[in-house]
Amino acid sequence: MLSHWRQYLAISPFFLVFGVFSFFPVFYSLYLAFQRWDGLGTVQFVGLQQFRFLWDDPVFWLSIRNTLVIWVLSTVPTLFGALVLATLLHSVRRFKGFYRIALYIPNVTSIVAVSIFFGAVFSNNFGLVNAILGTVGISPVPWLSNPWLIKLVIALLMTWMWTGYNMIIYLAGLQAIPTQIYEAARLDGAGPIRTFFQITMPILRPIILFTVIISTINGLQSFSEPQVLFGSNAANPNLGGPGQAGLTTLLYFYQSAFVNNDYGYGAAIVWAFFVLIMVLVVVNWRVVQRGRKS
Amino acid sequence: MTAVVPRRSRRPKGLTAHIVLALAVLISVFPFVWTIVMATNTTEDIYKSPPKLGFGSHLLENIRHVLDTIDFFGSMLNTLVVATVTTVLVLFVDSLAAFAFAKFDFPGRKVLFAMLVGFMMLPLQLAVLPQFILMSDIGWVGTLKALILPALANAFGIFWLRQYIENGVPDELLDAARIDGAGFFRQYWNIVLPMIKPALSFLAIYAFVGAWNDYIWPLIVLNDPGHLTLQVALAQLHVGHTTDYSMVMAGVLMASVPLVVIFTIFARGFIAGATEGAVQGS
Repeated sequence: MLSHWRQYLAISPFFLVFGVFSFFPVFYSLYLAFQRWDGLGTVQFVGLQQFRFLWDDPVFWLSIRNTLVIWVLSTVPTLFGALVLATLLHSVRRFKGFYRIALYIPNVTSIVAVSIFFGAVFSNNFGLVNAILGTVGISPVPWLSNPWLIKLVIALLMTWMWTGYNMIIYLAGLQAIPTQIYEAARLDGAGPIRTFFQITMPILRPIILFTVIISTINGLQSFSEPQVLFGSNAANPNLGGPGQAGLTTLLYFYQSAFVNNDYGYGAAIVWAFFVLIMVLVVVNWRVVQRGRKS
Repeated sequence: MTAVVPRRSRRPKGLTAHIVLALAVLISVFPFVWTIVMATNTTEDIYKSPPKLGFGSHLLENIRHVLDTIDFFGSMLNTLVVATVTTVLVLFVDSLAAFAFAKFDFPGRKVLFAMLVGFMMLPLQLAVLPQFILMSDIGWVGTLKALILPALANAFGIFWLRQYIENGVPDELLDAARIDGAGFFRQYWNIVLPMIKPALSFLAIYAFVGAWNDYIWPLIVLNDPGHLTLQVALAQLHVGHTTDYSMVMAGVLMASVPLVVIFTIFARGFIAGATEGAVQGS
């Protein structure tokens, strides 16, 4: 033990910060979920009361539904589009580097900037999208007030940000596949579509699994998009847009914990939400794994 | 013969691939172009029907409005300080720990590393509320320290650097240094650090971009309107009752340009690093 003091010293800065700012807080928030506390007064133990309240809270379930819908609407086109683009990019020879950079760039822009941009372009009255629709005679679409269109705009935004990122990961996977396999398939008379489904897809499966898991974890954490799009006024009864159609679970957590100062309830929301994410990750994992056996 | 057949069948396929990819590039770059269009025109021009589609001449005027509305340079300076300090410290803390994990066997190594990887999977939001309580207890709410310190626990950085050091730094080299009398920290400073420069430069951009773009945590912990980071200030620009979209987009442009420039300069190495980490991590 003592002979390794240098190694322990080397890892200690990380573990100190990690312990104080990650490890301890995660368990402390679990503790808080069983208390009632406004951050100033006394902490009062209330057992499972916060969770019982959560179970009966229609706004919580609304936020879960919103989050799931936005997640599905964004993840499916993101991963599908990324796979198509990666396959195409893998097949071309020229401009490869240019395409990679140009398609990755959305991922390094800030969510705040992108959300403001989408808000301007999809604005109900004067946005570019409605202006273009207007020139072909279509009357303005209420992008930012219809409950479904709100979710669609948020999902489009996330798709725009994350397709390039996933494309790069798929591309790396494709480049690792030995070309001999493809030559053998071609000699056996397999066409491009058959090759794609019988060779490319099975080999890429672990990487697809990785992107599905990452997309689940990232996609369910949508917060900034609706927060910036619809403002965070403390007195705003429509947090998350008209009809709270863009109120994601994390936005509801933010409102409960930091706007209403209901710490116990905020902690309960975020822990219930975490359990949901874990369940979905396991389900996704199972689905992708089962695909391998068949 | 065999060389001719595939080439002939590839040519039309290659063309469609280029067309689809070029379309995708247009979609991915369009917001940047349109941001500039909006920022260089007046709001009335953009909201006319049909809207003005070309670049205008009102950029300076819009920028002046931004500077009148928010403390743009102040918040940019805050962001720059936070992002730079965070990046430098993350590089140091993570590479040091990664070296210990990659090349030494000490009691508890496996458990500690498993813990680190396990926590990498947890959503950060679980910790946000207690972090805020902690920050208010020690009186750090509203300070930049509150942004920098929690960001140092960058588990991904250690995970990724460890992989790189394990494969990229030969044991023989370290053994030779040890024979010459170099201790742990000499080996780290004189051999490991110079050898992992590509990995460090990827992590540097990753950490810098992450800190620059962070929104939820600064929004919570910086409660003084005169003392914000760029992203929070940008959001404030948008929240107000103003509908001056040209001004808002000028702000978006000013906040995005530095990062896009940094990214395009380092893009090649960054993307190579990103894929390396992702594929190894799967």
